[in-house]
Amino acid sequence: MSLTGETAELTPALRAEVAYAEPSMAGVGDYLALMKPRVMSLVVFTALVGLVVAPGHLHPMLGFTALLCIAVGAGAAGALNMWYDADIDSVMARTRGRPIPAGHVLPGEALAFGVTLAAFSVVTLGLLVSWLAAALLAFTIFFYVVIYTMWLKRSTPQNIVIGGAAGAFPPMIGWAAATGGIGVESILLFLIIFFWTPPHFWALSLCRADEYARAGVPMLPVVAGVGETRRQILLYSVLVAPIGALPWALGYAGLVYGLVAMAGGALLVALAWRLRLAPAGRAAEPAAKHLFAFSILYLFVLFAALLIDQGLGGAFGRVFA
Amino acid sequence: MSIVMNDQPTEPGIVLTEEQKRRRRARSIAIALALGAFVLLVYLVTIVKLGPNVLNRPL
Repeated sequence: MSLTGETAELTPALRAEVAYAEPSMAGVGDYLALMKPRVMSLVVFTALVGLVVAPGHLHPMLGFTALLCIAVGAGAAGALNMWYDADIDSVMARTRGRPIPAGHVLPGEALAFGVTLAAFSVVTLGLLVSWLAAALLAFTIFFYVVIYTMWLKRSTPQNIVIGGAAGAFPPMIGWAAATGGIGVESILLFLIIFFWTPPHFWALSLCRADEYARAGVPMLPVVAGVGETRRQILLYSVLVAPIGALPWALGYAGLVYGLVAMAGGALLVALAWRLRLAPAGRAAEPAAKHLFAFSILYLFVLFAALLIDQGLGGAFGRVFA
Repeated sequence: MSIVMNDQPTEPGIVLTEEQKRRRRARSIAIALALGAFVLLVYLVTIVKLGPNVLNRPL
């Protein structure tokens, strides 16, 4: 506490302590928002695909339990990310309305919520379904919160490249829940999401570069410039297109999946190429937004194709059955 | 030396507004529902894991 003349001013740390004593104004909706429901939906979907295409049989009740635990674990990671990144969130227009910067939830509440959900989801998954899946879920939460949020995000423009691993683990967790192991196929699913993340996230960051700069986050467009970001988006798009087709090429998925993967990959590269050639400045924003929107559709359709392929009796899951 | 003890608080302390009470009640209901769902989940998974063995007990 610093004393200036006759007035006493609380330091930010003490102000936070005092704030804990205030009655909470958080509603149930604020806690749901802390769990990043949109991110959670993609996590659940990719985990579901990992679970369904895995060989063997898992009772639907156990499958549901695994997905529930993965969803809650992802929500816990989201809450802990919002707790740590509240300072960044408060200066960016996209995140200013989140529960902590908006003043609806206190940082301590978000921390307690995240830690509790993380512990519950991991232990429940381990006790009821599979300890390997639980260990992977725990590592994913740790990777997202500690490695990505606390370390990489504020220190390197490669933050989302390495941090993308956290988003790539869910299908592997689903696979582990169903089989109790880690197969080559689940590693392929991991690689698809891992190499998909950079073009997806950098397309968004191109439209928010000034906000990231103001928040002090070293995103690639801020550190290396727009031109280099577009070049790397194209590079990763060219990489993810063939990787997306690998499950078919290696005989794990059927022709339906192969056709969808090739067509989607070609479109992704075409949009990345269009962004690369777009004029400098704001005029390139529509191209970046198109690529961002398509990248979400691409991943969704790719994984949905795996599900359809499985329904049609595709090779995925039968190879090592 | 005599010490005078007074059990009555001199200040009212934190008094919740109606809105704060409403939100606290909503949070309490949500926690209760989540715990109830968790108990049901553990029960159902136990039945699924035991399968027919759930009936295998000395009578």
